[in-house]
Amino acid sequence: MTLAAHDIRHNLGRFALTAVGIGLLLMIVLGMSGIYRGMIDDALVVVDGIGADLWVVQRDTRGPFAEISRVPMNLEERVRAVPGVAGARSFVSHSIQREHRGEPQRITVQGLAWPDDKGEWLPLAAGRPLAQAHFEIIADESLGLTVGEVVPLGKDRYTVVGTTKGMVSSGGDGLAFFTVRDAQAVQFDLPGEAIRLERAARRARSGDSELGRLSPLLLDRAAQSAAGIPAIGPAMISAVLVKVAPGHDIARVAASIANWPDVSLHTAAGQRDLLLRGMIDKARRQLGLFRALLVVISTIIMALIIYTLTLDKVHDIALLKLMGARNGMIAGLILQQALLLGAIGYVIAYALGGWVFPRFPRRVLIAPADLWALAGVVVAISCVASLLGIWKAMRVEPNKVLS
Amino acid sequence: MKSNLDDPPAIEAHELTKIYGRDNTEVVALRGVSVRVARGEVVALLGPSGAGKSTLLTAIGLINPPTTGRIAIGGVAVLNGPRPLVDLRAFRRRHLGFVFQKANLIPFLSARRNVQIALEINDVPARAARQRALELLDYLGVADRADHLPDELSGGQQQRVAVARALANQPSLILADEPTAALDSHRGRQVMELFRKVAHERGAGVLVVTHDHRSLDLFDRTLEMEDGRLHEPVRATSSSVPGQNPP
Ligand SMILES: Nc1ncnc2c1ncn2[C@@H]1O[C@H](COP(=O)(O)OP(=O)(O)O)[C@@H](O)[C@H]1O
Ligand SMILES: [Mg+2]
Repeated sequence: MTLAAHDIRHNLGRFALTAVGIGLLLMIVLGMSGIYRGMIDDALVVVDGIGADLWVVQRDTRGPFAEISRVPMNLEERVRAVPGVAGARSFVSHSIQREHRGEPQRITVQGLAWPDDKGEWLPLAAGRPLAQAHFEIIADESLGLTVGEVVPLGKDRYTVVGTTKGMVSSGGDGLAFFTVRDAQAVQFDLPGEAIRLERAARRARSGDSELGRLSPLLLDRAAQSAAGIPAIGPAMISAVLVKVAPGHDIARVAASIANWPDVSLHTAAGQRDLLLRGMIDKARRQLGLFRALLVVISTIIMALIIYTLTLDKVHDIALLKLMGARNGMIAGLILQQALLLGAIGYVIAYALGGWVFPRFPRRVLIAPADLWALAGVVVAISCVASLLGIWKAMRVEPNKVLS
Repeated sequence: MKSNLDDPPAIEAHELTKIYGRDNTEVVALRGVSVRVARGEVVALLGPSGAGKSTLLTAIGLINPPTTGRIAIGGVAVLNGPRPLVDLRAFRRRHLGFVFQKANLIPFLSARRNVQIALEINDVPARAARQRALELLDYLGVADRADHLPDELSGGQQQRVAVARALANQPSLILADEPTAALDSHRGRQVMELFRKVAHERGAGVLVVTHDHRSLDLFDRTLEMEDGRLHEPVRATSSSVPGQNPP
């Protein structure tokens, strides 16, 4: 055992308390990077999982993850006709907020292109993929739903047939996968009275126009279901996902779709990039700043405790100098204590984090790289924190032994 | 080992003065003190409180440099006034052993480690240092307390550990400032006998500040200080080495 360790054993209570404090701070530093990684992972889970090569979205928008994107449903057929396209699927995404067991519950509704996409690609924690065109959902566990539960949304009741783990939107809301039709039904659900009022308004508008007065049949049509009026398009979708056939160049396919004047096109990589830069960047900077502050605070606390431990030892340091101890030995004593404090704090942070992080509301993902980085930070702050104590120790005169 | 008259003396201090503070708080603690202690010689330094004994001892011990005057130890000129002529810390490490009125043990180290650290400072490997520390503690009759912390030892035991520590590196000069003040007269005498033995067997010079007149027979020579000046010796004691006082 070194001199430093002997001293620590002598001051065990104070040392242990400081180590726990440092450990808690380091745990939060680690948690911050974990939250950031978790956000990235959550944000990418759909983009990566859904397996599309290209995303066709509303002209000049950045896609359904960044902003509202609306394209007509028949875009799917247009895309399918492009040479080299192996498959095209509709994609719908929007957020709703409802009550579940008295708590507000935010759900990100995702539409899957039934029957091509039944959600087989989802990492199911329980249950099965969708098996029918309507009234089934696959919900994330974070929504608090279990297999077999029935959720009333709009005018219909949906049965949870499967659950996923860790499928959340970049905002942290749990995803629920419906067929596209169901997703639209949830999105465009209107109460009967609203529909009646809308039909009456249509009739009134037509009645005012020359066309309406000349063709009374048109007024009858206007008062019926929207689906029966050719002039009103079907409900919109968020995007069309394109799978390029093997052997075809993605760039070539992309180039031909990109020429269409009504849509914009993003590659899967581009969509990833937009997600990370657009939405996550501010959060990353915020967390990074917070982490930097915590590191500074940890350093100051550590420096203060190492300094007081050094002050307590001034007499002993004077004695060591009297006996002829080299400065390296005395500085080493203080540095070792700081490093030990840092190391114990690190272990506490790691152990405590392993217990606490899974209980966080959002995913905390600890990557080995972050653990290494934190170890490096701990070594650095230990060295910086010991400087004050070492400075004090170097100034101690050996004749202090006599006082 | 017996000393030889041709050997350089353990201490040769010339015209030391020491002034503490400055201007109106000035205290003159040494007023031109010259001392010579031969190798293998045990010298007692007597005098009333405030006479400057500790000041002289710490000046020679290279931890409280004089204002003027020169100090040579073992024939090596080490100080010219406050100006060091060698690396003082390295010199203390190799050549000096200190004992004070308080044991000044490191509170978080066991008795054995308190001795061992003095050896490790001198680059003695840990195993050898441990062995030697145990031998010294045995020699001083505190081997059974080797693994105790200082505050688990009596004042006398602590002081014997401190003596073991001072002897650990076989210094050529041992400086002791009232080392037996905390000991009963029997133990006090034992420590003085030990100094005498170390001086005569190993040829170390020993300078001891003491008030204990009952042990004065153990010293080769006695010096007396008063008001920052050194007096003529009051009496000659046992004489294995002839006194070599400067005029
Ligand atoms: N650090 C100091 N600062 C100022 N005066 C001191 C200091 N140390 C000792 N003195 C003074 O120097 C004189 C000699 O002190 P000291 O050497 O301790 O005497 P002794 O050891 O013989 O009792 C005393 O008057 C004392 O007050
Ligand atoms: Mg004194």
